[in-house]
Amino acid sequence: MFDLDLWKEILSALKKNRLRSFMTAFGVFWGIFMLIIMSGAGRALENGVMDGIRAFATNSAFFWTEPTSTPYKGFQRGRQWIYNNTDIAYLRANVKEIEYLSPRLFGWRQRSGDNTIRGEKTGAFNIYGDYPDYFKIDPWTPLKGRLLNEIDVLHGRKVCVIGERVAETMFNKEEDPIGEYLKVAGVYFKVVGVVHPETRINIGGGRKEETIMIPFTTMQKAYNYGDQIHFFSVTSQPGTPVSQLEEKLKTVLKERHKIAPDDRQAVGSFNIEVEWKKYNRLFLGIQVLTWIVGIGTLLAGVIGVSNIMLVIIKERTQEIGIQRAIGATPSKVILHIVAESVFLTVVAGYIGLALGVGLLELLNVALENGGDEIFFRRPEVSFKMAVAALNVLVVSGIIAGLIPAKRAVSIKPIDAIRDEGI
Amino acid sequence: MIALDNIHKSYVTGNNSLHVLKGIGLEIKGGEFVSIMGPSGSGKSTLLNILGMLDNYDEGSYYLAGNLIRNMSEKRAAQLRNELVGFVFQSFNLISFKNALENVALPLYYKGVSRKKRNLMAMEYLERLGLKEWAGHMPNELSGGQKQRVAIARALISKPKVILADEPTGALDSHTSYEVMELLREINREGITLIIVTHEHDIAAMTSKIIRLKDGMIHEIIHNGNLQEFRYRYTKQLETV
Repeated sequence: MFDLDLWKEILSALKKNRLRSFMTAFGVFWGIFMLIIMSGAGRALENGVMDGIRAFATNSAFFWTEPTSTPYKGFQRGRQWIYNNTDIAYLRANVKEIEYLSPRLFGWRQRSGDNTIRGEKTGAFNIYGDYPDYFKIDPWTPLKGRLLNEIDVLHGRKVCVIGERVAETMFNKEEDPIGEYLKVAGVYFKVVGVVHPETRINIGGGRKEETIMIPFTTMQKAYNYGDQIHFFSVTSQPGTPVSQLEEKLKTVLKERHKIAPDDRQAVGSFNIEVEWKKYNRLFLGIQVLTWIVGIGTLLAGVIGVSNIMLVIIKERTQEIGIQRAIGATPSKVILHIVAESVFLTVVAGYIGLALGVGLLELLNVALENGGDEIFFRRPEVSFKMAVAALNVLVVSGIIAGLIPAKRAVSIKPIDAIRDEGI
Repeated sequence: MIALDNIHKSYVTGNNSLHVLKGIGLEIKGGEFVSIMGPSGSGKSTLLNILGMLDNYDEGSYYLAGNLIRNMSEKRAAQLRNELVGFVFQSFNLISFKNALENVALPLYYKGVSRKKRNLMAMEYLERLGLKEWAGHMPNELSGGQKQRVAIARALISKPKVILADEPTGALDSHTSYEVMELLREINREGITLIIVTHEHDIAAMTSKIIRLKDGMIHEIIHNGNLQEFRYRYTKQLETV
């Protein structure tokens, strides 16, 4: 039921104390505004980081080699060692928990200066030798052409896929790179694809867009890497935690390369599952903190409203007494005061909510023009959270009004009328 | 209309108990115009508050228009006040941020009368009291007499059986006082019971029955026929002073 008089009464009462109403409302406004901004910022950080790793296989682990740290079976400590092709064949054949396994060569020797040439254009790019399975662990999307495939690896084809920046640097805008040749560290490769990275996790350093990937077997032959492998990625079969697979592989590799079983340094590895959990806990922590601080600020605002209502009631004791003398029931008086308090909190809270969301939206627009590199994306608050915040406001408004309202009706009307407003 | 029997009332503040009313028995018939007089502290305001259901009493019984007024809930008391009683106060007690019309219409709002209807009625009552042009004015723009007339209109609008007035002329000059009293007499002639508390003898003299309180008890009741004698005694009292 819309009661015009009730609202007229509320507005005139609030208008009579303009400054105080404003200051009180500001407390609530600020509380909800901060809650929204902080929550949105927390979410933006989460989005920014998670966007960069979401597409990455969460059941993946990575292995490289480090010098040994303990002497073992006649070898001194500090021995340099490296994976080779037989390791891969052995692991593929004997470790059933492996889903994908993708060895990689880093073209460190090919990285000096402008290593890529095409006519008059030159550029310095990162060169990797990869298996097609790599794209299942760290996804890339072909913008033009295709990714590397099994036949490229099998035949040691001299083909390459190139990152966007490589295409921009080495080709004119109107040129189609597909089918063209690039001279990479002295060897000609045919471009079969231009690719875009889906994640920001970067193995091997440098910008991901400045990558040239060639078939693993081609890389070993063309640049004299023999049967060396610098690095490999695995994913675990569904049902096997990747941490478990990581431990198993480490044991196997140590045995094959005569490394002490208690050498914690020699087999370098990294496990996305653990990192993923860490991130999730971090962002949960940020959200919880946001709520604690936000609710605290909001509470301060609500206490302000309750306080101001008490003062208003004190000032209006006489008026309330008159109203009751001419027939206002206590429930009617309570309704008035509570409605006033709810009105104040909800209006202030709604403005806070709207401004907060508006500011986040502005920020969003600004960030969207900022490109891919920013780890701060799509600041947003969920609809659920906005509704929850509004509910908190209404409930706290009721409570803030109820306390002074109870007090107001506990005074006898006659005492109220006699009250000279002191 | 009103029947009081052996009403006792004490105010307790801390350890002190102040026995204000010490057994008031009183009957007021419908349509009477009664004034309550007495020195300050004699309990006249307390009596009026009990009559108006604004305060409760400790002992005895009080019937108003057939209803026993005792230990009733605040809600019921508010409803009965709204139905049966109209109040006029010494300090007018208009609501400061409402204009004259809204002030008069307020009791009807609590009765649940629609806005249009109650504003129409309020205007009618303001017109009767000669305040039609002042309907849109705020209380602080009205003179004392006008304010009291607005308050009277507000008391009348819910068509009460009894109007209780606490020193209705206390804040007015004698000329305006007489105007207000004339107005109250007119209202009384329409059949509404009127009870006023006053300490002014000339005001009391315009009523049909004077109840004199002294130390929380009824000292004497003077009927209009005896007013001549009352006036004589009153002057004699003055002479001795």
